[in-house]
Amino acid sequence: MTKTLDKTITVAVAGNPNSGKTTIFNNLTGSRQRVGNYPGVTVEWKEGTVRRGDLSLKLYDLPGTYSLTAYSEEELVARDFLIKQQPDVVVNVLDASSLERNLYLTTELMEIGLPLILVLNMTDVARDRGLTIDAGLLARRLGVPVVPAVGNRNQGMDDIIAAVAEVAFRQVSLPGPADQCRDAGPGLASLTQVATGGNFHRVDYGNAVEARLETVSQLLPDARHRRWQSIKLLEGDEALLESIPDPGVRARITAESGAFAKEVAEDSDTVLARLRYDFIGRLCHGVLRIPDRSERTLSDRIDRWAMHPLWGVPIFLTLMYGVFTLTFGLGNPIMNLIDHGFVRLAALISGFWTEGTASPLRSLLVEGIIGGVGGVIVFLPNIVLLFMAIAVLEGTGYMARAAFVMDRFMSKVGLHGKSFIPLLIGFGCTVPAIMATRTLETRRDRLITMMVLPLMSCGARLPIYALMIPAFFAPRWQGPILWIIYVTGIVLALAGARFLRATLFRGETTPFLMELPPYRIPTAGSLLVQMWTRAWLYAKKAGTVILGASIILWFLTFYPKPPADYKVPEGFDRAAIGSETRFGDLTDPAAIQSAELSYSIAGRVGRILETVIEPIGFDWRIGTALVGAMAAKEVFVAQMGIVFAVGEADETSEDLRTRLRDRYSQLVGFCIMLFALISTPCVATFAITRQEAGSVKWALAQSVGLTLLAWIVTFTVYQGGLLLGLGSVMGGP
Amino acid sequence: MKADKADMAREGPESEGMTMPLSMVHEGAKAVLRAVTGGHEMRGRLAAMGLLPGIELEVIRNSGHGPFVVGVKGSRVVIGRGMASRIEVE
Ligand SMILES: Nc1nc2c(ncn2[C@@H]2O[C@H](COP(=O)(O)OP(=O)(O)OP(=O)(O)O)[C@@H](O)[C@H]2O)c(=O)[nH]1
Ligand SMILES: [Mg+2]
Repeated sequence: MTKTLDKTITVAVAGNPNSGKTTIFNNLTGSRQRVGNYPGVTVEWKEGTVRRGDLSLKLYDLPGTYSLTAYSEEELVARDFLIKQQPDVVVNVLDASSLERNLYLTTELMEIGLPLILVLNMTDVARDRGLTIDAGLLARRLGVPVVPAVGNRNQGMDDIIAAVAEVAFRQVSLPGPADQCRDAGPGLASLTQVATGGNFHRVDYGNAVEARLETVSQLLPDARHRRWQSIKLLEGDEALLESIPDPGVRARITAESGAFAKEVAEDSDTVLARLRYDFIGRLCHGVLRIPDRSERTLSDRIDRWAMHPLWGVPIFLTLMYGVFTLTFGLGNPIMNLIDHGFVRLAALISGFWTEGTASPLRSLLVEGIIGGVGGVIVFLPNIVLLFMAIAVLEGTGYMARAAFVMDRFMSKVGLHGKSFIPLLIGFGCTVPAIMATRTLETRRDRLITMMVLPLMSCGARLPIYALMIPAFFAPRWQGPILWIIYVTGIVLALAGARFLRATLFRGETTPFLMELPPYRIPTAGSLLVQMWTRAWLYAKKAGTVILGASIILWFLTFYPKPPADYKVPEGFDRAAIGSETRFGDLTDPAAIQSAELSYSIAGRVGRILETVIEPIGFDWRIGTALVGAMAAKEVFVAQMGIVFAVGEADETSEDLRTRLRDRYSQLVGFCIMLFALISTPCVATFAITRQEAGSVKWALAQSVGLTLLAWIVTFTVYQGGLLLGLGSVMGGP
Repeated sequence: MKADKADMAREGPESEGMTMPLSMVHEGAKAVLRAVTGGHEMRGRLAAMGLLPGIELEVIRNSGHGPFVVGVKGSRVVIGRGMASRIEVE
């Protein structure tokens, strides 16, 4: 008679940052959550399911945390989940190569009293360092299952499931009589054996402290986590104290922790922390053997260069240069192939209509959809390579080194190095980067970082550069120009942070504290997964947002058609149509196209915009494209494609780049990129800023502020360029 | 417990002259953490990462400016210069 579980077991995966929780979560649930070799990759809890036979588990991957006293937003997520959601089982993932430190959280997890399983992850690293760990003894002492594992090689996963099942079975069986208990599953025997180890089932703080804990515990109204609450209160946790409704009880607890602090003549939390480490020391005695040598690891030797006071920054900048030029250079041949494919497709579709007939449907398909969506899809290889490069930076552990070397600049602008990690992620996509600011300890640092984050040029802006740069610059200038754009973004972000620090957010700099992981070689699998996820996201975006925007923009550019007596307004397009000529009398196809565009909604809106954007060198076409870019930055490229396809008499002879080159000067080309870099972030960024900052005010401030900044910077560059005589259209790079 | 307490009183920063801020420790040297002057929160964060009084640490990198890298119990921790000047070691 086997007792089965009739409900889904909820399992929380908790542990120190960077201990491999998400790796294990992905292995078990088949999910593809982001994994990276630096602390603070996961910043919100993620759900996944595991089914093995009768067993049905709901897993929750939590952000990493060093203790249950949460010091930053993402640690708060982890702690609140554990305290409030009451999972059935907690899988505590530990980095075996740093066992004692990792066990600190375990002592706290023991205090909240949830059923535990320890996973000794990274046993490969521990072995390489010459550590030996007696997992069996540890399990016997603690009375919980201990499972050795190597997450990135998928080793030990079945044991984790088995241990979860074992603990969960014990849970349902406990209230029943003893014999039923023995029937409850094959794993139980081992557990009863396990439950005999010495005095390690809870942290013993010594008689003096235990007496005080008892006193506090008696006062508590809430029966849940009584011991944990008492300990936190004795440590002086103010948030927890505030949550107790009765002021009398609060006063007595305050008196108790005050008396305790006086007795030990030291900070009460330091004393308790030391007692926990003492406990861990005793627990590990005989379990953990550390070799007597302290040698420089390979990571230390790489870091002699990567974190060099002189070479650190040049190495970082060179790496960045490499990333962006490779993204560009390697991507282009494949890009041209895809481009060819679309040209062929356009020709094929056009072929269904007889030459010269004007058909709205053909225009929608060829100019609207292929011109718009196709124009964006073309850049898929560049995007994939970019995210690949970022995944490599994240997976090797270089991210944390970049934070280290950039701390020098970051502290000059009043932030610290850790803020640089979200900024780097922002080179990929601003949305997860804004989420990543959760790892910053103060709200002030978070807000500043969020506000300037869109200045880090995201992947969606890459297609704009990839379109403009080859159109206006000779090959040997292409890399440097791209780099200038990116560096301009970084410099403006730092300047922006400095400005905010001096105006809205004054005060002392937050102390910088961050764990430095050893370098690791990212697994090919995880890189491919990241690449694939990104490629798929991009394709999906092209198929939804950009397709929708392209169709709308095509309509706006194609309709309404002018009546016969319509006269083209003065100055439009500088085309020699002659303002006296009625639309009906025009014969030249180019003039007709121009007149039609001027009458369309896009043309009219663009003309209104021109009053604002003329001083920065943009015409109405660029204006409408910039408005479209608010939905998603790539729409800029789509709209340029549409406007130029709809607006030109012959569709096939020239590509978009040639047309751009014929119409705009190199200076305008550069200004377009500059404006696209700085101006209003996309709607997704707006939404996430609103969510993470907790008010729409910040999102609005961000959008308006950045657009103003964009205008000012572009104005300065354009007008300055004109003065230097750079404003002529060359018609060739 | 009681003996522990007495020890602590003797080893406060104002006692025997051997204590100095972490920021003055040379690269490659080992030191024992004695006290942290700073807020409740900062001490809590340090303790959770294994940095609390009585712990032995090794300065892996101190280049005179910029943050520190210290080794503690097999892991590496980056500590900003401002914070390092508030950590007393022996
Ligand atoms: N050598 C080794 N590396 C591992 C092992 N498990 C995970 N990793 C690597 O460790 C790094 C951290 O893995 P994650 O799964 O992102 O860690 P996490 O605990 O989710 O981290 P946070 O979300 O930041 O708290 C990644 O580079 C993994 O590839 C392991 O058993 N051995
Ligand atoms: Mg994670």
